Order: sequence, then structure tokens, then C-alpha cells
Amino acid sequence: MAEQLTLPQTATPAAGVRVPSADIYAPKWRNFIFVAPYLFFFTTLLVFPLFWGIWLSFHKADTFSTGKFVGFGNYIRLFNDKVFLQSIWNTFYFVGLTVPALALIGLFLALCLNRRTRSAAVLRTIFFSSSVLSVTIVTLIWRIVYIPNNGLLSIVYGWFGATAPSFISDPNLAMIGIAIATIWWCIGLPMMLFLSALQQIPQDIYEAAALDNANRWQTLRSITLPSIKRTFVLVIIIQIVLQFQLFGQPWLMTRGGPNNLTKPIVLYIYDTAFRRWDLGLGAAASEILFILILIAAMAQYLVTRRKGEL
Amino acid sequence: MTAHIEIKDVVKRFGAATVIDHLSLSIDPNEFMVFLGPSGCGKSTLLRMIAGLESVDEGTISINGQRIDNLPPGQRDIAMVFQSYALYPHMTVADNMAFGLRNIGISADVISARVTEAGRMLEIGHLMERKPGQLSGGQRQRVAIGRAIVKEPKAFLFDEPLSNLDAALRVRTRVELAQLRHRVKSTMIFVTHDQIEAMTLADRIVVMNNRKIEQIGTPMEIYSRPATRFVATFVGSPAMNFVDATLDTSGTNVTARFAGGVSVETDIGSNQLGDGKYTFGIRSEDVRVAPVGQGNAEGVVDVIERLGERTLVYARLGDGQQVVGSDAGNSPVAVGDRIGLAFDGRKSHLFNEAGHAWHARGV
Repeated sequence: MAEQLTLPQTATPAAGVRVPSADIYAPKWRNFIFVAPYLFFFTTLLVFPLFWGIWLSFHKADTFSTGKFVGFGNYIRLFNDKVFLQSIWNTFYFVGLTVPALALIGLFLALCLNRRTRSAAVLRTIFFSSSVLSVTIVTLIWRIVYIPNNGLLSIVYGWFGATAPSFISDPNLAMIGIAIATIWWCIGLPMMLFLSALQQIPQDIYEAAALDNANRWQTLRSITLPSIKRTFVLVIIIQIVLQFQLFGQPWLMTRGGPNNLTKPIVLYIYDTAFRRWDLGLGAAASEILFILILIAAMAQYLVTRRKGEL
Repeated sequence: MTAHIEIKDVVKRFGAATVIDHLSLSIDPNEFMVFLGPSGCGKSTLLRMIAGLESVDEGTISINGQRIDNLPPGQRDIAMVFQSYALYPHMTVADNMAFGLRNIGISADVISARVTEAGRMLEIGHLMERKPGQLSGGQRQRVAIGRAIVKEPKAFLFDEPLSNLDAALRVRTRVELAQLRHRVKSTMIFVTHDQIEAMTLADRIVVMNNRKIEQIGTPMEIYSRPATRFVATFVGSPAMNFVDATLDTSGTNVTARFAGGVSVETDIGSNQLGDGKYTFGIRSEDVRVAPVGQGNAEGVVDVIERLGERTLVYARLGDGQQVVGSDAGNSPVAVGDRIGLAFDGRKSHLFNEAGHAWHARGV
């Protein structure tokens, strides 16, 4: 009798005791195979080289051997190298020239072309089309523009009886010339990002603003610009990260000259590591660039966050 | 400040489609006018034309005798509350309300006073420094109304402002709007597809369908004496009963006969009607459920809806036509029961094939 009473109690849990059931949120490890291919390339092509680069930067290394551990020796050599310091300045100067221009011109184009007309669609395509060109084509085009005497710029200046500034050879203008070519090349992405942000602003807010007597300037300042603030920050960060990696344009247009004035960090790294085969020094310069980009992106992000509403 | 709004013969086309077709309407000063109609009938388009958010292809719109259809929205001295509220997401509640006033150069003191007063009236004074994203749907709604009030406009336009609220809040806001209209003396136009909102808020209702006005009248006129079969169907829940009938016009009043030998003497004069086919119409509250043998028809109960204070009984007549009648809240009737139905001929309507209505004298 006692057994008969206890058996059902042990077979069925008492009221209030939770019966374990399949947890639908439990990880399913077979899903891992979907991310495995990406993870493989991410690890082998990004994570591993990152740490290998850090390791290399502490060694005296060339292509045939990794020599002895030198500690911060490579970094000390870097900061005693006037060319490297010049290349850091050049890179910042270039970023300062291009990033604000890309953001502002991209925004201006997006504001002008954010309409449903056929001509706006054609112009959007035209402005974006330069982005699909390779750096070789872009620099070729701009070298033709800048060529003294016969270049497009000289011809246009010639119409007014003036002499075109020599953007490639003038030490004061060379980086500006590269910046102009870069802005022309890269303007498509900021424009498209701004366009997509503008198209996400609900139409009824503009209607409310129209009923609130807002003129075009008030609408732009009080409705449009605050609505796309996030995209503005995004564009700035993307462009800072991209433009810090400047390489192809000066390599193909000026070879870093005149007098290293257009040599950016990446070109310095290339020269050091792959032309002078000083891999340790090149790796150290790469780490400096990595930290600079990281700081720039983080600073931008934090500054905007502190003001709120990112 | 209030507005007498005169809409004359307006037409609106979107490409080849005409969405408003030669429509004329006069809205009196301080009147609460509701545009009621199904989706796509053109009611919102008409409101947006008054606001200036849609152009007018033909005809004119004027306020207090001054033509406004050629003015930009901001210069029409009207305020609009949008269905989606359309608050400026990056501005605080106070800035949302002040924006329109700042744009026309009103002094900061006046703006502050008006915003404070609107906040007090709408009980949103404690939310002034919040942004729309931090507010509930009902609070956003109030801010949107506040933004309209501070402008002290000649006319308020509401574009389905309650449709994004949950059921309980909708009822509460409806009551508050009804109170608000007595505090804020101004012409108000309210667009809705909800007949209860229309009936409870309106001084007059414009029932629209298919690009045109079907009827303009007070809520009770619209309900009791619907001008067309569409209005009779659209206004009132459940919709009016329609029964195919043959008419006997030999007496003073028309007698409607349904299949199965049912006859109902209406209170409609025989001499009013022309030739042609007619449909007999009667509201569910004018069809009482009665014991079998009493009343003028019999039917079998299909469905019962108990609403609490009354019971709606869906019964099938001998010829298969369904009629909704009403009974007391605690009606003992059950599905499948055979019941008697008493049609009150003094509350009946007749509709000709074109949908035009004749009403009994008693309604």
C-alpha cells in the first residue's frame, strides 16, 4: 500500500516543480558551419597577420630570416626617421583635406539629387560611376588633367590667358592635387549613404514643417540635418579609415615626391618593407598606422556619443 | 479666430485617376466637421488639399472669403494633426510645439506662455524636455495636438489621429477631443473611417464614397435618415438590414411584402414612389424578437451576439434572407430556435435600384 502511494509521487513531479523542456534558445552547434568559412578567412587573413605584424615589429627581420628580438628598437628608429614623421604629417594633411570635403560635397550632392526625376537618377549614376574605377585609371585620368602645357587644366586656364597651377610638381600643391583626384574618385559612397539616409526621413515630418511655416533653410537646419546626423558620423568614420590608407594615388601620380611631401604612411611602409626589405621597421610603421586609425575612429565615435543621440 | 471654409467644385487627379470629382462643401465657423468614408474614398486627400499638402487641379478652396488653394501650407493659418503624429524626433516636446511659432518670429515670451498653457491643458507639462522617442503613443498624440493648439489657428485638421492608439486609449482620447473642442473655439475637420468617432465627435458628418459626397448631415440625420444605401450600410453597427421586397402601393402607405408571405406596413406614402424595384431597409433595433406567431415574420436563429445591454439575433427568413434583430441583454434565444420577428414599419426605409432612400415619417 505504501509503495502504491509513493510510486505515483515519484513518477509525476509535484505541482510547481518545473519539468525541464527543450530550450529553444540553446545554442545549436551545427549552425557554426554557416559562419565557419568566414571565420576561417577572418582568422587567417586578418587576425593572424595582425599578431604576426606585432611580433615582427619587435624583431629585426628581412625576407629571408626573422632575426633577433630588438624590443622597441624599430619604433625608436621610426621616430628618429624624418621621412616617417613627414609621412605621418602628410597622411594627416591628406585626411584633413579629403574627409571634410567628401562629407560636405557628398551631402550637398545627395541633397540636390534626392528627387524622383529622371535627370536626378542619371546624375546619381554619373557621380557614382567614378567609384567603380580602379586607382590606376583614376590617377591616369588626373595625370592627363594635370599635365603641364597640354593637360585639361592647362587648356582651360589657357582660355583665360592664365597658367595652370602645376599640381604634380609644386611642393605646396602636390598633396592638394592628389586630394582633388581622391575626392573625385571616392565621392560616390558618401553621396549614396547620404541619399539612403535622406530617403529614410518620413515625408510627413516635412509636411508638418511646411505647415509650421519652415522655409527651406529652416527645414534643412532643423529637420534634415539632425535626421541624418548618424549617417554624417558614419561617413566621417568610414572616410577617415579609408583615407588614412592612402597609397595608390601618390604612388602612381608623384611617387611620394616632390621631396617626400606626398609620401603617406602606407607608401613609407611599402618602401621600407618591400623595397628596402626592412620588414621589422615596416611592421612597426604598420602598427603605428593601425593605432592612428583606431584612435581616429574611436575619437570620432566617442565625441559624437558624448553629445548624445548617436 | 475661426474659419468659414468654402470648398467649391474641387477636382483632384493622380495621373489618370480622379480621386476627388467636382466636390463642393461649406464648413461653418466653429463647426466640428467629420469626413467619414472607407479607405480610398478621397477623404484624406480632401483634407490634405485644404492643408495645402496636395494641389487642387480644379475648383477653389477659401477661408473666410479669402482664396487659399494657391497659398503654401504655412500661410493658410491652419494646423494639422497627422495620423503618425509627425513629431520632429530630435526635438524636445517643448521645441516641437515652439518650432512653428519661432519660424514666424513670435517673441520667446509669447511662445513660452503658449507652450506652457497647451502643456497644462493637455496634461503634458511634465514631459516638456523629453523627446518623442521617450513618449508613449498617447503622449505623442497629445504633443501633436499641443503643437496644433499653440499656433492658435483658424482651423484644425485631424487626419485619422486616433487610429494608431489602442482601443482603450482611443475611447479616452475621443472623449478628451470632444472636451477640447469646447475649450478651443475653432473650426475643426476630422477625417476618420471609424463611424463611432464620427458619430460621437461631429456637429456634421460628410459621408464620402468613391470620390463623391454621399450625404452631409448631423450624426443622427446620417444614422436615421441615410440618403443612400451606401450610407445606411456604412453607418451603424450592425449595418442596416436589407430585404428584397415587392411593394403594395394600393393603400395610403406602402406595404412591403417579402417572400414567404411576410408583409410590413411602412410609414412611407404610396404616392412618393415611382416605378422600379425597391429594397426594404430597417435597422436591427427596429426588428424585435418575439414569440413565434407574434410579429410579422418568422425565422430560424443562425448566430447570436450578446453585447451585454442587448442581444443581436441573426435570423434566417423562410426565403433564406438573413435579418438581424435585437432582443434584451438576457434573451433566452438560442441558435437553431424558431422565433418571431416584429418589423417596426414606422422606422423603415425603402431604397430604389440607384440606392436612393425614402424614409418612414417616424424616423
